[in-house]
Order: sequence, then C-alpha cells, then structure tokens
Amino acid sequence: MIAPLHLAGERLGLCPSGVALWPARRTLIVADLHLEKGSAYAARGAPIPPYDTRETIRRLSLALRRHDPARIILLGDSFHDRAGASRLPAEDRAALARLLAARETVWILGNHDPAPPEGLPGAATEALTDGALRFVHIADPAAKPGEISGHYHPKATLPTRAGPVTRAAFLADAKRLVLPAFGAYTGGLDASDPALARLFPRGGRAFLIGAERLFSVPLSAGRRAAPSPAA
Amino acid sequence: MGTLPELFARWFAGRGWTPRPHQLALLDAARAGRSALLVAPTGGGKTLAGFLPSLVDLAENPREGLHTLYVSPLKALAVDIARNLTAPVEEMDLPIRIETRTGDTPANRRARQRARPPHILLTTPESLALLLSLPDAAKMFGGLRAVVLDEVHAMAGSKRGDQLALCLARLQALAPGLRRVGLSATVAHPDALRAWCSPTADARDIALIEGAGGAEPRLETILPAGHLPWGGHMGLASAPEIYRRIEAARVTIVFVNTRAQAELMFQALWRINDANLPIALHHGSLTVEQRRKVEAAMAAGKLRGVVATAALDLGIDWGDVDQVIQVGAPKGVSRLLQRVGRANHRMDEPSRAVLVPANRFEVIECRAATEAIAAGELDGEPPRPGGLDVLAQHLLAMACHAPFHPDAMYDEVRRAAPYALLSRRDFDDTLRLAENGGYALSTYERFRKLFRDAQGLMHIAGSTVARQVRMNLGTIVETPLVKVKLRGGPVLGEVEEWFVSTLEPGDAFLFAGQLLRYERLEATQIIVSRGGEGDPRVPTYAGSRMPLTTYLAARVRGILAEPARWDGLPDPVREWLRLQALRSALPDADELLVETFPRGGRWFLVAYCFEGRLAHQSLGMLVTKRMERAGYGPLGYLGTDYVLACWSAFEPTDVATLFDEEMLGEDLEEWMADSSMLRRSFRNIAVVAQIIERNHPGQEKAARSMTMNADLIYDVLRRHEPDHVLLRATRAEAAGGLTDIARIGALLARARGRIRHMRLSRVSPLAVPALVEEGREWVPGGARDALLAEAAALVADATDGAEAFDEALADVTIRAQMDRPRHRVVEARKARRSRYVRNAPRSASPRA
Repeated sequence: MIAPLHLAGERLGLCPSGVALWPARRTLIVADLHLEKGSAYAARGAPIPPYDTRETIRRLSLALRRHDPARIILLGDSFHDRAGASRLPAEDRAALARLLAARETVWILGNHDPAPPEGLPGAATEALTDGALRFVHIADPAAKPGEISGHYHPKATLPTRAGPVTRAAFLADAKRLVLPAFGAYTGGLDASDPALARLFPRGGRAFLIGAERLFSVPLSAGRRAAPSPAA
Repeated sequence: MGTLPELFARWFAGRGWTPRPHQLALLDAARAGRSALLVAPTGGGKTLAGFLPSLVDLAENPREGLHTLYVSPLKALAVDIARNLTAPVEEMDLPIRIETRTGDTPANRRARQRARPPHILLTTPESLALLLSLPDAAKMFGGLRAVVLDEVHAMAGSKRGDQLALCLARLQALAPGLRRVGLSATVAHPDALRAWCSPTADARDIALIEGAGGAEPRLETILPAGHLPWGGHMGLASAPEIYRRIEAARVTIVFVNTRAQAELMFQALWRINDANLPIALHHGSLTVEQRRKVEAAMAAGKLRGVVATAALDLGIDWGDVDQVIQVGAPKGVSRLLQRVGRANHRMDEPSRAVLVPANRFEVIECRAATEAIAAGELDGEPPRPGGLDVLAQHLLAMACHAPFHPDAMYDEVRRAAPYALLSRRDFDDTLRLAENGGYALSTYERFRKLFRDAQGLMHIAGSTVARQVRMNLGTIVETPLVKVKLRGGPVLGEVEEWFVSTLEPGDAFLFAGQLLRYERLEATQIIVSRGGEGDPRVPTYAGSRMPLTTYLAARVRGILAEPARWDGLPDPVREWLRLQALRSALPDADELLVETFPRGGRWFLVAYCFEGRLAHQSLGMLVTKRMERAGYGPLGYLGTDYVLACWSAFEPTDVATLFDEEMLGEDLEEWMADSSMLRRSFRNIAVVAQIIERNHPGQEKAARSMTMNADLIYDVLRRHEPDHVLLRATRAEAAGGLTDIARIGALLARARGRIRHMRLSRVSPLAVPALVEEGREWVPGGARDALLAEAAALVADATDGAEAFDEALADVTIRAQMDRPRHRVVEARKARRSRYVRNAPRSASPRA
C-alpha cells in the first residue's frame, strides 16, 4: 500500500519497501544502498556474510518489477565506500547492470561513494533538479521547498499501548522528504537526533515502515524518542 | 595411603592441622603420575590439597622453569591463592617462586614472567589462552608437570569451560606427561566432570577423590517486620533485619543476585547504619581497584559486612566470615550451598546461613530449597557439546602460536571433552569459518586470516591479524560499557551504554554506593558529580539477566497444591495464597491452571506448568506461534522455572487450543529463528568466532560506530546460506536452552481436558512475582504492525486526520491514548512523565 505525499506541488508515493515514487515522471527514488558493506568489513578483519549486495539487489529488483519506472534515481551512498563498485562479485554486477540498463539511471554521489561507479550504466551527478524537485544526497537546511534526500538513514519510534515500536521511516514536511536507507546492512538514526531534528524545525510527519503498509504519525521537533535497549 | 614428607608433616603439626584423607589421596595419585579430580564441599582444605603434590615435588627436586599452572575463573581468586600459598612456602623456606598472571598484570611483570618463569603461575582461562597464542608457548610450557584447575564445576559446561578444555588439550600436547588436578564443589554430575578434567576426555583416565561432607548447613529464613511484598526481588524491606544480623555477627557477606540490587541494598543499610559499622560494596561493574580494596579489607578483618554479587561468589578464603545472608531466592541449591559454604571454614562445624526472601513467592522457594538441601538433592546442568565459535577462536589463537596441520589439530581438540564427539565436517567448517568466514560465496579469498601452505599447514596471515586475534580472545561478550568518571575525580566503574542513553543531564542515579548526578557524555565515559535531585535510578545490566534454573519447580508445586503443607509458612504468605484462591485459583496437582488478564496495554497469559525453565522456554515458542495463528498478536514470553507467561496485543480467548497436544508436529523452526533468543545467541557466537568486531570499552567513538547490527547480518545469512556453520552453531546453542519436544508433548498430554482457564480482570496475586522475573524473549509476528496501526489511527482520530505539523501534535499521541477508558493504565505512566522506556526495558521491543 502506497502512501501519497505532496511536495512542492508534486504528487509522490511512499512504499513500504523503502522506495519513493514520482508517478508524473515515472521515476523511482531510492537511497543509501551501501552495496559491498560486507566486503568492506571483511577487508578490516571482520568477515561478516558477503550476501548484503545480493540481498539489496534482490529487494531493489522486486521494487523495480512492481513499479516499472522509466527512471531510477539513487540518492547516494549506493556503495559503502569508494572501492565498493570494484569489489562487486561478477554475478551481482551483472544482475545490477541488467536491472539498470533497461531504464534511465541517475547516481547521485554520496559521502561514502564520491565517484561514479565504474562499469555500470547511468550518469553520475552531485545533484539533480527536475521541475519543482531537487534530488541530493544530504539535505541542505536552507534549501527551497521540493528537496528529496537520503544520507541519514532515519528511523522513528511510535509509542503504542504495549510499548514503543521503532522502524525505519520516511520523514517529510512541506519543504522536503528524507528517505530511509534501503541497504540490507544499514542501521538507522533516530528522528529525534539533532542532526535530523534540525531539518524539521516545525515538526513534520514520519512514515514508519510496516510489513504491508506505512504508518503515518506527526513528528515533533523537540520530542525525545524512547531508545531501544540492546537485546 | 602414603604420608607426608617430614618437612611438611612438621609444618602441618606446627599449624595444629592433621592432613586429611583427600589431601593424602591426591599426593598418592600425583606420585603415580595420575590425574585426579577432588570433589569436596567448600572449606575442606581443597586448595592446599591441590598444591601439596607440587610443593612436595619441588621441595624434593628443586629445579627452574614453570612447574605448576593454576587456573581459576576469577582474577581475584588467583590473587588470593597467591597470598595463601606464600605462607607455607615461606614458612618451610621452599625454593619456589609464585606469581599471578591475569588481565590486570602490568606489562613489565608479564615480560619478566616470560623471560624467567616462576615455578607456580596462577592465572585465568583467558590469560592462559593468550599465553598459548604466543610464539614461545612451547618453550614456556614444555616442562610443565601439573595443572591445578579450581572451581571446575563453575567452568565446565560454559563457553569459558570449552575454551579452557581446548587450552588444556594444547598444554597436554606441549607437555605430554602433564598431570591434572581438578578441584570442585559437590555436584550433581560428577562423572561428566571427570571426563571434562581427564587428559583424554575419558573419565577412566582420571581418579575421582571425594572429600568427606561437612556438617549440614543450618539455614534460617527471616522476613521483614513490616509488609512482605507480593512481587519484586530487591528485598529492601528486610534491610532492618539484615542490619540487626550484621550487628550480631563478626563478619557477614550479604549476597544479592544483581548489581542494581547490590547498590540499593548498600544504600538501604547505610541509611540505618547508626552504629557506623564498616560495610562495603562489591560487584562486577566497580573498578578493579575498588574491588581489591574491599577484598583486602575483608581479609584483614577490617569489615563487618560486604554487600556482594556473584563476582564474590567463588572460593575466596574469608577467614573470619561467620554469617552468610542470601537475599532473594537462591537460584539453585548447589549455588546456595557454595555460598553458604563461605561462612565458617572449619569443616566440622555447620555453616550458618540466613535466607531473606524478597517476596511472598520467594518464601516458598526458600522453603523448597531448604527441604532440598535437607534431602541431599543437588542440581546442575548436564554437559553439552562445545561451541563451534569457541573452537574457531581457538584455531585462530593456535595459528598465532605456530602453523598447524588440520589433521593433527582435529585429533588434539577431540581430546578436550566438550569436543570429543566433534565431526570432521564440523571441524572443517569451523576452520573455514576461522579462515575468512567460510561462506559459499568465495569473494573473501583475499581477506583470509589463515592461509594454507604447500604442505597443508595453516598459518596466520600476518602480524596485524595476529594482533587482532589476540586482542579479541575471550568467550564473554559484554554489552557495550561506558566508564563512569567523577568530575575532577577517579573512575568509579562502568555502566551499560544502554543505560546512559536513557539519561539526561541532571538525572540522578545510584552507583558505587553513591548518589551521582549525570552531567555529560564524553567519547568513552560519562562525567558525573556527587549529589543529585529527584528520584534516583539504579543502572540495570542486560548482562546480568541470565535467568537461572532453580530445579525446585516440582517441590514448589507440591507446596502450593497442599494447604496442609502451609503450616510452617508465615502468615502473610498463607494470606496471600488464600487471596489467590479467592481471586483466581490455586494450581492443583492434577490440572493446568492458566490465567489471562489485561495489564499495561497488553494481554497476559500465565500458565502454571511447574516443568522447569527449559521446558517453559520451548513451550513459550510453541504457544506464541499458535497465538500468532489465532490472531492474538503475541509480542513476547517469559519462561521461569514455575510458569510460562506470554503477552499479546489482543485477548487470548481460546486457551485450550493453545495447549492442544494434537498440533505438536508443526514447524517451529522459522518462528524460533526469528525470536530474540536465537538472535542473541547468534550475536554472541559471531563475536566469539571473531566475525563481528567486539566492543572494546576504551574505543574511540568512531570505531564503536563501526559495530554492525548483528540482527541484520543474521537475517541476510539465514536467507542466503541457511546451513552456514554460524547458524548451525546458533541452533545448537539454542537447543541447549530449550528442551526436547517429547517433554513438551508429555506436558500437554497431561494437561488435556484438565486446563482450568481463569479469565481475570487484573493480575492475580500468584502471577505478580513471575512478571518481574528476568529472561523476557521477544517473538516475531504481526502484532507490532497491528499496534502501530492502532496508534496511528488514534492520532489521526484526535487530530481529525489533519496534516498539521504542529509540535503539540506529538503530545496528542500520549494524551489520546490516555483518554480512552480502557487504557486507564496509561495514567500511571503519565506520572512518570510518559517516558516509556525510561525506567526499564520491560516493554521495549529491541527490534520491532
């Protein structure tokens, strides 16, 4: 179930899979894939399972198949580090190339992957402006309305009668939209964290990700979220 | 039976001691070159018995080089033994150097020990693992004659024990004639312990020597003068009685079960300490210096009492301790006996101990424990196979020492009892795990930690890897800790990072026996100052939430079911049970009582099965899965020794179906795999196997943020390589915490047609203590999404669905829920300023 959102006069759709849609331009937007994070850790002596790229591509493929966009915009940190693209296993590289070749692909450059990925289809750029909307990796507090970004891996906590529930979430207000991180190995930053809270000075709305739908709640500027203890 | 050499006989006589039979028996075994396991109650002169053969040997054949190694689970114990051994050595003027080596030993002394080893080295399992990983291990241990293993009952059967067993197998390989001496308290499974201690994993290759039992301990149960609580385990209401007892005795140890409890009890006693008695505090989160100070003061007779947790539990010789007070349920007869044994070390006199139950249910538990001791029943976990994660770590450590051949290593590790039945497949998979994670996807070839040479020998892949391996040795996985530093003063100890995240500047909390005010968080520590306003909190520790089995379930059930047996019980307890009969029902011997009631925004189901914690853990998995299917929205469960408690978003109405034996064949695998129990196991296994980086307390913030969320890894691995060795190890470890399906089947069969479902409007008297127990497990399922939908709808209702981004809206979420009549329970939360997780993680789901 897709949740509708209006931003700078454009109609967007938010999906429980973690991607955003812009039907008018048949565009799918996704952020922070952090591909090859597993191998980045292995290189440092922590050989965690190498399947994160495969899993992330699988999820992306599902979303692409479902929505069939003409264009896909990746909002940065698509790879976990600069050399990430070069570490892609052959099979995964081929799968990713296949997915992207059929559509127009835009790689917004991120702080983790500041250079365009070699050998993959698509164009790389720091930012993309298309009509009323502007696509960047990191939100600019002073930006004009219509900004769509990632980087922060937002999550939000909603108190329920049986205790708080924390999920990855889209954060939005009249000026901007921040996407949750899509990558299989990505963690989250709470919406009440100052870095995120200052982007929404008058509050906003959080769309928490559920199994089949999103759960939309107001976001307060000053409310402290209940942290979840380690299991 | 042999006799002591003359020098030693004179020394014994000079002390007024007679050598005990078990001391002489150990001497005999040693002279024959045989390994031996001594099982005896505390205070039986065990430690001296363990060392005697080595002292005699060195007296008769003086030589240089490391002769005897002593391994104990506690750093403090090693320090204390050194103190005690030094006395006979000096008094008999023996040419023996004794030194300790633990995590606290400074670098220059470590270097000296390697250059010129002492004759006797006292150490811990972790330090031994480190020593064996060094290139000169063969030289250091090549001439070793004996290894004394103290408190083996506390180590065997745990991951620490697995690691130690592997290290012993390595020592045996380095010094083939090595003689082992195991020292143990009395246990339920002595044969398993024999096999564990044996040089060949075979019980027949080690002699079993049993020390005479001491006089039976005398237990007394005391209650607070005022109100005896229904639930809660702090026991603070009994502080006045405890204080009176401390006054009346010479030296008392007050044992509590958790660190938070220690802090609170310490405060409570000092508040009424009119006689200004020197009472100290001792627990694992205080600094080493602080703990040493308390231990030294104790040994010097300067203290009248110590409030302590399990960190003080093991065999320290307390000299003048004449009273042991156990606050809260003892959690196991053997454990209680060992603690009781601390009081009064003279074998012939009975130890005295005072039990202080913290709530009415604990009174019954204490009664059951007392009966069990009188009946001579002992408890203890049966042995289980060694963890593959520990093996992986061991293989890395061994490669750091020297290259090895897999075939030879496979033979060597199987001489350690926990790995005696290790399959070659598991060994090979574990070796691959150690090399580079062992994944089917071969992209980590270049990131190997071990590589194979042309002869098939495994080498460590360089000094950087070796350093990383050594830094991460150990089988205990701590949750991330943060130091607590007084502004302008010393570090007081450590608390868990989670607790710090719930603090705001100005908040007050109790720690290290002081009232502190939280000021700010620096990179690796928090800064606090003395004083603080408001209701102080106490740090709780996830690490301490190891629910222990008491093995008293059957007894407790018996007591509850027969009012005739209530005669000896105190009035408040009888009254409580009568109230239970009035409000609900008493669990009958022939039926399964199941209560359901709403509480705290959730629905609870409490089943009084009395089958023991392991069975209840399994049952919890089964019942919650069925609850999911029935649409009750289960959130979690708790299995104690006595009851199974489940909580859900919606009311469980058809209870009989939940406990139906018929559907036992259903597939629980996926459900279990998603539970918090298995996730926790996986995380610990991945850290021990050195796949996930460990959290080092002193680490830079940037380094700490590199820690991967183990849950994400777990989910990805399950999907893409479900039979990976890490997952096999996880399932095996979980199986150790659960019981087999057959036992559940028997439980359900007995209950068929005899379930008594009491539908209550609130919690029953009998259920209250269960709900504050530790060991909550979370289950997967759609409940949280349902709750989110509910909450989101509530807010939409209250704001008429308007898309206003007003700050005030957020508070509506809380207020809106309070306005609903059925959620009046939330009123109580309002009093706590609506901070849902502030005081405890009771209702917080770790990964909803």
